[in-house]
Amino acid sequence: MALDALLKRCRAWKHPHLLGTKDLSKDDISLVLDVAEGVASLTDVAPLKGKRLFNFFVEPSTRTKTSFALAARRMGAEVIDFSPSNSSLTKGESLKDTARTIESMGVAFTAIRHSASGAPAFLSRLVRSAVINAGDGANEHPTQALLDLFTMRQRLGRISGLRVALVGDITHSRVARSNLWALRKLGNEVTLVGPPTLVPKDLDAKITHDLDRALREHDVVMMLRLQLERQQAGLFPSTSEYVKFFGLTRDRLATLRNGTIIMHPGPMNRGLEISGEAADSDRSVILHQVANGVAVRAAILLLLSQVGA
Amino acid sequence: MILVKGGRPFDVLVEGGKIRKVGKISEKADKTIDAKGLVVVPGLIDMHVHFREPGREDKETIATGAAAAVAGGFTSVAVMANSGRICDDAVGVVYVKTKSQEAGLANVFPVGAVTKGLKGEELAEIGKMSEAGAVAFSDDGMPIMNAELMRRALEYAKMFGKPILSHCEDATLTRGFVMNEGPVAARLGLRGYPNAAEAAMAARDCYLAALTGGRVHLCHVSARETVEVVRQAKRQGIAVTAEAAPHHLMLIDEALASYESKFKMNPPLRTREDVEAVVKGVADGTIDAIASDHAPHTAEEKEQELAACPNGVVGLETMLGVVLSIAEIPFDRAIHAMTVAPARILGLQGKGVLEAGADADLTLIDPRASWTVDPAAFKSKGRSTPYGGMKLTGRAAHVIVGGRVCF
Repeated sequence: MALDALLKRCRAWKHPHLLGTKDLSKDDISLVLDVAEGVASLTDVAPLKGKRLFNFFVEPSTRTKTSFALAARRMGAEVIDFSPSNSSLTKGESLKDTARTIESMGVAFTAIRHSASGAPAFLSRLVRSAVINAGDGANEHPTQALLDLFTMRQRLGRISGLRVALVGDITHSRVARSNLWALRKLGNEVTLVGPPTLVPKDLDAKITHDLDRALREHDVVMMLRLQLERQQAGLFPSTSEYVKFFGLTRDRLATLRNGTIIMHPGPMNRGLEISGEAADSDRSVILHQVANGVAVRAAILLLLSQVGA
Repeated sequence: MILVKGGRPFDVLVEGGKIRKVGKISEKADKTIDAKGLVVVPGLIDMHVHFREPGREDKETIATGAAAAVAGGFTSVAVMANSGRICDDAVGVVYVKTKSQEAGLANVFPVGAVTKGLKGEELAEIGKMSEAGAVAFSDDGMPIMNAELMRRALEYAKMFGKPILSHCEDATLTRGFVMNEGPVAARLGLRGYPNAAEAAMAARDCYLAALTGGRVHLCHVSARETVEVVRQAKRQGIAVTAEAAPHHLMLIDEALASYESKFKMNPPLRTREDVEAVVKGVADGTIDAIASDHAPHTAEEKEQELAACPNGVVGLETMLGVVLSIAEIPFDRAIHAMTVAPARILGLQGKGVLEAGADADLTLIDPRASWTVDPAAFKSKGRSTPYGGMKLTGRAAHVIVGGRVCF
């Protein structure tokens, strides 16, 4: 698609910020995926030249931050990085001040990663730049979910009708929530898999504690990172017991149906929620997810840049 | 001598800080207040506020808090012990009394800490504080997790005829909570405080009251299960009383979907079912009192992302309007819950009644006054309120404290 045609399509987008997939309609999601596809085929253009992306990561991140930077540069935008050394939760006051400071330096986009759910929503009330949620607490990580959907469509040729299993620590996962909301909008069947201590019953989704069965019944198996501190919090007894019931082990890899793909938002705990064999198998699309992240985030920047343009 | 004339249910003549006469009064006074169209009730009592002084005068002082009280129609308040310098000894009690006399507005009754430093380890000097004027004891804001200590507190305070006001929250179940546990919290990815954490603690405290013969009062009941715990305990003859805060009579956890800190408090906003149960509990008397849990914070503190900002909103200046706007709570019951009930619970002699010889604390209410909440106009230093811009019906028109017109 040529740039002009792409920009024309972008005009259907109405959201000044991207705070979550919760706020997106089915059409919005399709639009992001289409624009991302268009972006992937663009060469030698810089539609966002002269604009600045503020990469505001109050919580550590490698891939998302790099992905945003690459996406911005690819569109011709400048990138300003800011990662405060002290990422404690009590940075609220400086969050406000930082936001105001950025505003005065003239940035078009702020990608924020923060440990507090709702921090991007808070920020969006204080600034005029387009706020992109790059992950907030256990709330949302919308660009991750969108790149996951993009990857599903790319690898399986469709999204419609796919049955998706989200496996692991759903309670603390923003990736799970963003995927759940987006897939629900698209009408897909989603199953949450994990121990009751890590799967909230209040999400109004189908839940199972039987991973073996789930693996046989789903087209997409998305493994989520298990934080080891959850064990200290009493949410599971030991890593070995977790692996026994909820790890995608070599044995379980062999039971996947033909065509089922394995996803993981990273970073992985190899040998814990996912075995090395599973991560590196031909079923795994994990590196495609990473690669697609750049196009999807570039698409988001392009879409947001056209709001009110 | 002041004559309040023409109001419902009758005229009131006050003199020398006392009510001299009620009924149809024709004699002349130095000053006459035209109360036509107004309802005259005993001075309203808010038995649960936080004034922060001494120590956190940036949030609220006793003077600004007392000004907020009278502006909201309240002639008496009970201040919790968790000010900047914790009120856990007689010095703290005397300080509150002195400062409130200087302010000369509402009566400010000190609540002493149950345990030294609110640490939940050793009993504070409950006897000395009682003698100095503390009306009750509470570690409000901090639950007393040690059941043995709570038992001893109830036993010991009984010697002085004082109740223990329990901030009933099992803190092991609420670590890091931001809001009510349930579908909304699950959706927003915020840590929840389940109803069970309040109800379980309430049940424990009721049984300890039964065991000791002490008096326990449950603060800010928010969960439907807790209402049921109180109902059952009262049926069993246990000496328990309870209060509810206005926000738990009106607002629900769905409000947090905007991640706005003006909806963050402890206990958190619950569900529609909980609101209905708490309202019903107030209406049928299971919940004795309505109290604001007025909790002022600075704008800087509240203007943060939700997880970082402190719990609490101001309430003194909106409580009357909010409560009177709830159709399920009849006017007389609402007034009872803010006069007779708290006066009895706290043992306030001469308060909460309109009769000859009682203290001349009066609130004149215009029940039809329609007004819009403007936080910028608050007397309180705290401006974080869930009701900003909301239209309420019912407001205090005049407030008389100790025979003096204060509002």
